Amino acid sequence: MSKSEAINYIPFKQKLRGYLKHPMSLFLLILVIGAAVITVGLVAILLGHLLIKGIPHIKPHLFEWKYTTDNLSMMPAIINTFIMVILTLLIAVPVGISSAIYLVEYAKRGNKVVSVIRLTTETLAGIPSIVFGLFGFIVFNTMIFKGYSMIGGALTLSMMVLPIIIRTTEEALISVPDLFREGSFGLGAGKLRTITRIVLPYAMPGILAGIILSIGRIVGETAALIFTAGTIPGVPKALTRSGRTLSLHLFELVQNPQAPTDRYFNAAYATAVVLLALVVLVNALSSFIAKKLSSK
Amino acid sequence: MNYKMEINNVNLFYDKFQALKDVTIPIAEKQITAFIGPSGCGKSTLLKSLNRMNDLIEGCLIKGKMLLDGEDIYGGMNVDILRKRVGMVFQKPNPFSMSIYDNIAYGPRTHGIRSKAALDEIVEKSLKNAAIWNETKDRLKKSALGMSGGQQQRLCIARALSVSPEVILMDEPTSALDPISTGKIEELMSELKKEYTVIIVTHNMQQATRISDTTAFFLLGEMVEHNVTREIFSNPKEKRTEDYITGRFG
Amino acid sequence: MSFRTNYDKDLKSVFDNLVQMCRHIEIALEKCVVALTQRDFELAKEVYEEERIVDKLERKIEKSCLDILLLEQPVARDFREVSTALKMITDLERIGDQARDIAEITTQFGEEEYIKKLEHIPQMAAIVIQMVKDGVQAYIGREIELARSLNKTDDKVDELFETVVNDLISIIKKNPDNAKQAMMLMMIAKYLERIGDHAVNIGESVEYAITGVLHKKNNQ
Repeated sequence: MSKSEAINYIPFKQKLRGYLKHPMSLFLLILVIGAAVITVGLVAILLGHLLIKGIPHIKPHLFEWKYTTDNLSMMPAIINTFIMVILTLLIAVPVGISSAIYLVEYAKRGNKVVSVIRLTTETLAGIPSIVFGLFGFIVFNTMIFKGYSMIGGALTLSMMVLPIIIRTTEEALISVPDLFREGSFGLGAGKLRTITRIVLPYAMPGILAGIILSIGRIVGETAALIFTAGTIPGVPKALTRSGRTLSLHLFELVQNPQAPTDRYFNAAYATAVVLLALVVLVNALSSFIAKKLSSK
Repeated sequence: MNYKMEINNVNLFYDKFQALKDVTIPIAEKQITAFIGPSGCGKSTLLKSLNRMNDLIEGCLIKGKMLLDGEDIYGGMNVDILRKRVGMVFQKPNPFSMSIYDNIAYGPRTHGIRSKAALDEIVEKSLKNAAIWNETKDRLKKSALGMSGGQQQRLCIARALSVSPEVILMDEPTSALDPISTGKIEELMSELKKEYTVIIVTHNMQQATRISDTTAFFLLGEMVEHNVTREIFSNPKEKRTEDYITGRFG
Repeated sequence: MSFRTNYDKDLKSVFDNLVQMCRHIEIALEKCVVALTQRDFELAKEVYEEERIVDKLERKIEKSCLDILLLEQPVARDFREVSTALKMITDLERIGDQARDIAEITTQFGEEEYIKKLEHIPQMAAIVIQMVKDGVQAYIGREIELARSLNKTDDKVDELFETVVNDLISIIKKNPDNAKQAMMLMMIAKYLERIGDHAVNIGESVEYAITGVLHKKNNQ
């Protein structure tokens, strides 16, 4: 059956006539369509610019193991990024998930501690990253590790992603229907078994989505890392040494005193494309998992 | 007559609100006892307190005595053991998001059974007793969430049976099901009472008349009348019972 | 206050029809007695019409009751009242049949003189008419004592029946030629006695409707 045969089909002319009768709604329609076009256009221009400038400069030598002033390789930065992600998650995920479990499963409703923790996480989420950087610099660099360090950066980033992990985990746990908990308790299972065997597996996709969101944040973060992990362009020998991630690498290339020479700028564009690809990948993963969660 | 459970002068409060007022009901062994009454009359509350699911609710205070085989269930009895002995089937089917096999094996595993052979046997026996073995035997490893609502509820009954309970509490077990699934579960219940003591909360009065041996009518936290089901529905002693079951309530 | 106005309306219509049915039975029985004593065959034939109305009402009430049972699924007193109505109409319908039977016999007497002045049979008829009325009244008004009294009243009917039987036997003994008329009167008395029994049944059904106790006599 063709669409025009359907009894609920409204031809364009008729729709237009309807709008012409109400000029205000026509105006609003044009306005919202315009806004959408502008948004899509801006993204397209940005992406287009980046890809056109960046892709031609993605060359094999940019992926060599060593960074030198002659070869602005981004490989060490990529490795550092992975180290930073893993390190941060190792710290933030256990703490974040545990706090969320406490908040949802153990704390009594209306408990004072809960509201304090909630307020704290909300406050943490609202603090600009540069402030985290400053705090990390003072605490980790000057007091604990005496200098720039990967671990200092990871600790600082942990504080930043903790609210994300707590919030998403909390939501995932809350979304687990009480029916399942009751079903488990009703069989004589204790709280711990109920949480580990029933609640967490059910909430896992939601928790994973939160973790992936955090990864995006870690990969993209610059300001907090400048003060903490530092900008040394190589894979550090120890976690207590400085090392720059991709975002910082990009920042440094542009900030380099020798820039703006084409060489530095081109490498920066290439880095931006890789960074973009990474972020897109992380986002895609996140929405894929979110979809899996919602289809359940 | 043998009483499996006894509810003696139970008063239950949610903070200041009194949800049960001096309720006394003996629960006969290997019979089906139905709790009926309008929403909020306290019947579900009482049911849940029989295996201490109310422990999870804050501000819930219980006075009085509840006995299982003469033993005080609120007096030092291990809650997990109590819930193993007094199982529960809920209003909405709530199979865990795992395989059919794991759903049934969850309970026995909780209570320390690890051997594959023993678990296999329990799973088969439980599913058979819940009259769902034929529908599930070829898909034991498949997710339980792929089953129909009626099948899920029978799976939940099988899951409750898996820990060999003595009493099974059912909280409106068919209210979310179509008439055919309801019929199957009612049939199953009459089978179950050969081995188990069953207490069911239901809003469906025909269901109470069809399956229960005795019926207790609750109103505003009070247990108004408890008697043989046929007596309750043909010749209730209390006017409040009559008004409720004939639909002249209020 | 009731949430079941529809149901109450349905039940009320059953009540109304029952009263109607009872009324027509009363008329039929009264016409029978008058036709018998006055030897009015035309009046006797009017009884047939009453009996047809009673049958029609029986079917109407039966349908209403079955509809209520099917659609409303009454319990407790509601259930007892509807099931009692179902039982009562069977008895009432039988009473209607017996009135018709009496009327038929009446038309067969022809012009012969009665072998005896009718005395006990009209008495029996008056009592059973009252019994039927009492049965229905007990049902409608939920009057338990009235329902229970029917059993006692029936004893009087039985006594009168005994008297009639003995009288007729002695009349036959005196003159065997009277046998044919005696047999006919005997049958009329028997029908009236049966009507009394049906009224007792109604009383028992009504007792169940009111008290909820079934077959109390057997349990004792």
